[in-house]
Amino acid sequence: MAVTRDRVVDDLRRQAFLRALDVFDWLWAAVLAGALTYTYITYWGLMDTYEVGILGAASLVLTVMGWNWKLLRALVIVVAALSLCSITLYGTSLTNGEERFLLKYLLSSQSATLWMSSLYVMATLVYFGSFLTNSDFAGRVATAMTWSAIAMGLVGLMVRWRESYLISVDIGHIPISNLYEVFILFCIITSLVYLYYEAKFRTRAMGGFVLLVVSSAVAFLLWYTFDRGANEIQPLVPALQSYWMKIHVPANFIGYGCFSLAAMIGVTYLLRTLGEKVRPDGIIATRLPPLTLLDEVMYKAIALGFAFFTIATILGSLWAAEAWGGYWSWDPKETWALIVWLNYAAWLHMRIAKGWRGTPMAWWAVVGLFVTLFAFLGVNMFLSGLHSYGEL
Amino acid sequence: MSVIVQVPSKSPRSPASLIRIWLQFLGSMNLAITLFVGIAVASIIGTVLRQNEPYQDYIIKFGPFWHEFFNTLGLYDVYASGWFVFALTFLVISTSVCIIRNTPVMIRNIRAFGENIQERSLVVLPKHTEWTVNRPLASVLIGATEVLSALGYRLRIKDHGTHTIVAAMKGASNRAGHLLTHLAIVTICTGGLLDGNLSLKLKALTGHIAIETRDIPASQVPSVSRLPQDNPSFRGNVSIPEGSAADVAFINIANGYVVQDLPFVVEVKAFRVAHYFNGQPKSFETDLLIHDRGRDTPLRYTLAVNHPLTYKGYTLYQASFGDGGSKLHLESRPLNGDSNEDAELTGEVNEVLSLSTPGGPLRLELTDFRRFNVQPIPDGDASGKKFRDVGPSFTYKLRWPDGVAKEYVNYMYPMTVDGRQFYLSGVRSSPAEEFEYLHIPADAANKPDRFLRFQVLLHDDKRLAKITKDTTRQSLATAHIDDTKLQEEISTAMMQLAQIFREGGYDALITYVNAHVPEKNRSSAAEAYLKVLDHGLRQIYATVLIEEGFQMSDGISAEDGQFFEDAVDALSATHKYGSPFFLQLKDFEHRQASGLMITRTPGKNLVYFGFFMLITGVFLLFYVPHQRVWALLANVGNRTRILLAGTRMRHQHDFALEFDQMQQRLKDKLSTFG
Ligand code: HEM
Repeated sequence: MAVTRDRVVDDLRRQAFLRALDVFDWLWAAVLAGALTYTYITYWGLMDTYEVGILGAASLVLTVMGWNWKLLRALVIVVAALSLCSITLYGTSLTNGEERFLLKYLLSSQSATLWMSSLYVMATLVYFGSFLTNSDFAGRVATAMTWSAIAMGLVGLMVRWRESYLISVDIGHIPISNLYEVFILFCIITSLVYLYYEAKFRTRAMGGFVLLVVSSAVAFLLWYTFDRGANEIQPLVPALQSYWMKIHVPANFIGYGCFSLAAMIGVTYLLRTLGEKVRPDGIIATRLPPLTLLDEVMYKAIALGFAFFTIATILGSLWAAEAWGGYWSWDPKETWALIVWLNYAAWLHMRIAKGWRGTPMAWWAVVGLFVTLFAFLGVNMFLSGLHSYGEL
Repeated sequence: MSVIVQVPSKSPRSPASLIRIWLQFLGSMNLAITLFVGIAVASIIGTVLRQNEPYQDYIIKFGPFWHEFFNTLGLYDVYASGWFVFALTFLVISTSVCIIRNTPVMIRNIRAFGENIQERSLVVLPKHTEWTVNRPLASVLIGATEVLSALGYRLRIKDHGTHTIVAAMKGASNRAGHLLTHLAIVTICTGGLLDGNLSLKLKALTGHIAIETRDIPASQVPSVSRLPQDNPSFRGNVSIPEGSAADVAFINIANGYVVQDLPFVVEVKAFRVAHYFNGQPKSFETDLLIHDRGRDTPLRYTLAVNHPLTYKGYTLYQASFGDGGSKLHLESRPLNGDSNEDAELTGEVNEVLSLSTPGGPLRLELTDFRRFNVQPIPDGDASGKKFRDVGPSFTYKLRWPDGVAKEYVNYMYPMTVDGRQFYLSGVRSSPAEEFEYLHIPADAANKPDRFLRFQVLLHDDKRLAKITKDTTRQSLATAHIDDTKLQEEISTAMMQLAQIFREGGYDALITYVNAHVPEKNRSSAAEAYLKVLDHGLRQIYATVLIEEGFQMSDGISAEDGQFFEDAVDALSATHKYGSPFFLQLKDFEHRQASGLMITRTPGKNLVYFGFFMLITGVFLLFYVPHQRVWALLANVGNRTRILLAGTRMRHQHDFALEFDQMQQRLKDKLSTFG
């Protein structure tokens, strides 16, 4: 072969550091850069410097993520196309949401969110179906459904963002400001992280279990919508009007999502352990992924969650320094974030430094879900504090 | 802890070994994990029990015994309590010891490539593989070097005669990540301690500073309760009325406060609340001036939530707002017949007025005024608005000479209830209760006047006697009964019932019936009484209407009929209202106060630096794996045997893939040399 030595070394070096970027990768980067420029030119008047920074960073992150995970590009393009379609249909009048067929039944934020909800529930069932029947086809269908659910959820959020501006420009804000909106975010992030591990470890056997937690969130979301009318767009109280919200909340939900994912993997782990004991040749013991793999996914999810939860807590602290006059006020939500964080720090030390593995760690991950859940929901429901946004 | 138990008990305990034992204990993972969990659990207390409330509230809630107990344990300020701070300090020490102990090991670890490793150590690694190529060792060495360095490894090569070892390592910054992460904890906690109110608490404990509990102007607070301008760290609050200025902040501590003197004067020019179209608050803003000796012109700034002002190391925040002494023009409208003179009053919020009423002296304490009262509209109104502003209200307390007080809240404008207009006035006897509202119906001119005239008439015995007499006579005449005695009896009864009613409402009437009528006749008697009373009240009402210039012959309209029902309901409730008058807000001059938080936090930079280290450290720890690879190359004739082995602490699955790829590259590489 007539390949020179230098070429090979060069190749290797490139592969190692930038990964081989092909034409599509550069196209992807160009598309995002274009979108960024367009957004900036159209909306710069509405953004402060920090928000421009966040926009730039977000497109950079998306670019790199798209290079490493090709399917993400398809997701972004589909979401962008559907959102733009919806926004165009809306024009400048919210009432179009009731009048135009496509909006009313598919692309208004409310409809898109309902589509997301039903897709998640169906995906959960199909994952379990594929697990029981060992059908690869059903598995792929379930994955596709999960992707679609994520797409619809994101469209729901994007359109909701626009709808809030259609109500009135001063009410317009990014839809991550109340429990209803962050529940959608939670579903999206948890399932997205799951899909990443599904692709990486080439197994769909955990899908049903993981989506169980997402489906529960969907159930809560639906109850919250139909019983409490939580889907209504509310203006932001002054304390929430800050660019910090745009980074603090998503970072938090990557954390919450990962911890929930880890807990469900923990459940899977415990089930498989039980299966191996009770019926070593049964479905549970043979079709669930091997314990070492589950253990590793669990660790990875907790590590990722911990890293982002660290960032989120720090961002929250920086925000608090600006909004409440102190980077740490022992506000209940803040304190519970610390509790969650300490809990997983202990978990990580147990695993890394003391070498604990297996059942106790799985149980701990499951208990961690309840601690997380309390920080996420319980504090809002049972405790009062600065985070309940009561007054100022 | 297990570490200590392992120490042989017989060994003589030289000071050196004692220190070592302590260090071992402090740096032990078990201690760290115990502290994590312990602090987490302790933190929960502070989220469940509301912190730093007035002691009075705790006493009401828990009773004196438990209050004392909780107070001793420091549960009202858990995060500043001795034991909690002790636990945190312990965590800092433990982490520091851990850093001190681990760092040398880690540095050694980073430096050591292991180029002297033995073959038998390599073959026990989970990832190792061996093959032979048809090439001289020198050329394989070049290939291996290139592949490994292209993959980002740093290398050490050592010729052992029989074989050559390429020792490769990558991700040494993972170890730096470990150091950064743990150093960050120490840094953050230290910064936090600097900014906390620990030193203030210590000063209070040791008597260097006295906590002020009296409600006196800041200028009168003695110097033992003041903190000097050069106090490096504090967090205080001050409420400044519009048009006023302050050069102090108040720091709440235990059941009182201390005064922090500031090196500049903060003047509040104006405070504003902006609202969204649906009535919810949109922004809170204060126009400030900072007067400082060093400045020719004062610094202007508009403070808002999320937009603090930092000036000379002090940071000012928009924290709250309240009334700053609005001037209220009131009219007192008598309610209980002691007097029927309306009286004008003027006072400011937070002012106490001494009133002399026919029923004795009364103190009127004006406590609050609200310009807007935004209330939800249950189903939204026609334009889709979900909230509406029902206009100004003010709150006051009436205190009787015996110390008993009732609190009232009155709205300036009538409010729509069931489609009719009412002046609402709420009353309660203690802050723990909900307000109960007296609904005074508004007349056609949207004023409370007709109702008030109605009740004045009801309290006027002379005119009441005439009205009851006239109406009884008329009724009997219509029925063609001519019986003066009966007439006398009925009109007296009517008069008496009206008096009972005006003193105690329908409740009093029922009590009266129960007291004076044998049980078996009660319901029929009550019915008869009610009829007579109703007849009487209608007649009084008719008199009010006639005085308004009403023609009785036109008949009473549905609205006026409804008004009668509402007025009677209100009259029946008046005795519970307690106040001898209804205070109507006629006019006001709104003056707000802006609540500022002022802080000085020298530890903040340290904390932020710690944050930076923590994030960097955690990501290095998790995502830059520390891994080592060895290639042992040995001559076998003119062929070369290659033993490739590698290890990584975490993410074995990923490493296995990477290792296989690396091996493939090396194989490809060795086959591509020309
Ligand atoms: C709040 C305090 C602490 C925090 C937030 C913290 C955080 C962490 C984190 C995130 C890791 C990495 C776990 C992983 O790689 O998955 C770690 C590892 C470790 N920590 Fe801590 N730590 C703390 C205190 C301590 C203390 C007090 C000790 C001493 C006993 C300690 C000893 C270790 C050790 C030995 C490791 C393993 C390091 C390695 O080889 O990767 N940590 N710590």
